[in-house]
Amino acid sequence: MSFIDYFREGKNNSASVAKERLRIIVAHERGQRNQPDYLPAMQQEIIEVIKKYVSINDEEIHVTLDKTDDHSVFELNVILPG
Amino acid sequence: MAKIIVVTSGKGGVGKTTTSAAIGTGLALTGKKTVIIDFDVGLRNLDLIMGCERRVVYDFVNVLNNEANLSQTLIKDKRVNNLFVLPASQTRDKDSLTLEGVERVLNELAETFDYIICDSPAGIEKGAQMALYFADEAIIVTNPEVSSVRDSDRILGILQSKSRHAENGAMVKEHLLITRYNPARVADGEMLSVSDVEEILAIPLIGVIPESESVLKASNQGVPVIHDEESDAGNAYIDAVKRLLGEEVDFRFLTAPKKGILKRLIGA
Repeated sequence: MSFIDYFREGKNNSASVAKERLRIIVAHERGQRNQPDYLPAMQQEIIEVIKKYVSINDEEIHVTLDKTDDHSVFELNVILPG
Repeated sequence: MAKIIVVTSGKGGVGKTTTSAAIGTGLALTGKKTVIIDFDVGLRNLDLIMGCERRVVYDFVNVLNNEANLSQTLIKDKRVNNLFVLPASQTRDKDSLTLEGVERVLNELAETFDYIICDSPAGIEKGAQMALYFADEAIIVTNPEVSSVRDSDRILGILQSKSRHAENGAMVKEHLLITRYNPARVADGEMLSVSDVEEILAIPLIGVIPESESVLKASNQGVPVIHDEESDAGNAYIDAVKRLLGEEVDFRFLTAPKKGILKRLIGA
């Protein structure tokens, strides 16, 4: 950082932005990495079955998989209309 | 017992081949019989970096297909004893690589070599997976830049699930090598620091190679940069080789050289 830079506007600290973005995306991708291979296909099929009976948008479905030491919890949240 | 080390990164252009050439040469300089294998079938490059491009007769795929044997194919380095290169094929595609074939060649090399360095192609496809499958150790080459760090994490995931050791419930020993490091830009908050990258990838650091004109000069001349004893990059590779061999070496070149008062004032 030079003397002149102190007078320039918008001091550059893009490295901390990079670190924060990486921290989030890498944690997210590591979580997905440990998912079983069948999960995306299973998820899709369950959604198709629900859609057969109820008209819903994809955004109204939330799927999570939480892992603990000895078991995993598969959670499906569907917001039904009306 | 030969040690198989893969040099990999996921992302292209971060310095895998430069690193393979430097580390392989460095190991051979310490007396270890070393072979560097170019796994980038279709895009041969290691031969250029090693300066042996005009001496390629047969290649890795010829050996895999039993069209040539290893002694006909291995290129002996002109400068260093105990150092050999197994060049990639330029004409065939990556489907020539099979696990059975690669294992046979590695087993044969393991009979006479101390170290087998596998220079991985970029990406996470078949070529990269073949290069890392049999590895005992992995050097993850990473630039202090978002896409490179993310891709390094991806390749770590593959090492931990799709390598031979992982399939047998063991671990590939992982080493982080940061290349193109610019301490001045880190000081200015423009570049991820060594500790930032270490914190995100969470694997032990084996070396930090400063961004240096000597790397391009070395590849221009076909002389691995580790031979350039004047250069920071060459010396940083020498340190990394020592650490690979288990020595404890302090990290150098992590801070920018002090600027004179005039340069500091004008920011040049």
